[in-house]
Amino acid sequence: MPDDVISGEIVSCPDCGLDLEVRFDEKGALSLKPAEVEGEDWGE
Amino acid sequence: MVEIGIVYDRVRWEEKVLIEASRKHGLNIKTIDLKDVYLNTLNEDDKIRQEFGEVVLQRCISYFRGLHLTALLESMGVQVINSFNVSLLCGNKLFTTLALVKAKVPIPKTLVAFSEEGALKALDSLGYPAVLKPVIGSWGRLIALLKDKETAQALFEFREEMHNALMQIYYLQEYVKRPPRDIRVLTVGDEVVAAAYRYSAEHDWRTNVARGGKTEPCPLTDDLADLALKSSKAVGGGVLAVDCMESPDGIVVHEVNNTPEFKGLYSATGVDIPEKIISYAIRVVKR
Repeated sequence: MPDDVISGEIVSCPDCGLDLEVRFDEKGALSLKPAEVEGEDWGE
Repeated sequence: MVEIGIVYDRVRWEEKVLIEASRKHGLNIKTIDLKDVYLNTLNEDDKIRQEFGEVVLQRCISYFRGLHLTALLESMGVQVINSFNVSLLCGNKLFTTLALVKAKVPIPKTLVAFSEEGALKALDSLGYPAVLKPVIGSWGRLIALLKDKETAQALFEFREEMHNALMQIYYLQEYVKRPPRDIRVLTVGDEVVAAAYRYSAEHDWRTNVARGGKTEPCPLTDDLADLALKSSKAVGGGVLAVDCMESPDGIVVHEVNNTPEFKGLYSATGVDIPEKIISYAIRVVKR
């Protein structure tokens, strides 16, 4: 986990490689949830 | 103090450096994950500005989320970079092409059909090889090189089976004989900020960095800068990435991107792109 990680950033599980989204709640508690899968309209 | 909102649905490297650049400017930044909010179409203007700021950098990775958010915010008097009209034009390759043609920007020969039969007739006119692109799409997805009629027929059959209305729009371009690279130029307002060559990944003819393409600095000649600026103005201006190819007849523009990724450009050129974008946002507020 990067020291400067912010809510909404994506990190990869070091064991399985799953993309996880970092979330901080109002109290600053960190949680991880599976990141959204690439949508057909994603990109530039 | 200028208040800037940075709206995203995923924090990539680009969003992170934009947030850092905003902080360096001492700005009051509002970072909004669009997945966490809802908006009332009858929202009062003051409330929306409190939540989103005086100007919003719309950085959603999902094109349709970003487009609809932009429509909502603009209806409530918030300035968005890039504007709804620019986003709408740039998000659709055909609309972009029409804007470029109107501005007399050189483009690859492009034909459009609305059925498999029409597309095959268009290809008879265009010749092979040709390139088939979805009118809405990014990162090189669903872009196909049509080497011959048999390939085209097979691909069209697949498209028809996708039962997606947008797949009924056949956007066909000549295959431009070019070096194994294209050129990306970043424009921020009236400034041409940086340019880089993007080289295709091995075994792929597409040059998207998302597909493993590599970037190198590209000299920003006057001609290239003029062309990029003209393309940017053609779609309404803002923070845009103009993608060009070196055709035998000169540089042609094949795409203008609305929420550009710029990590490759930054790495290749060393230009402080986030600083340029934040400075531009400040100027937009003060206009």
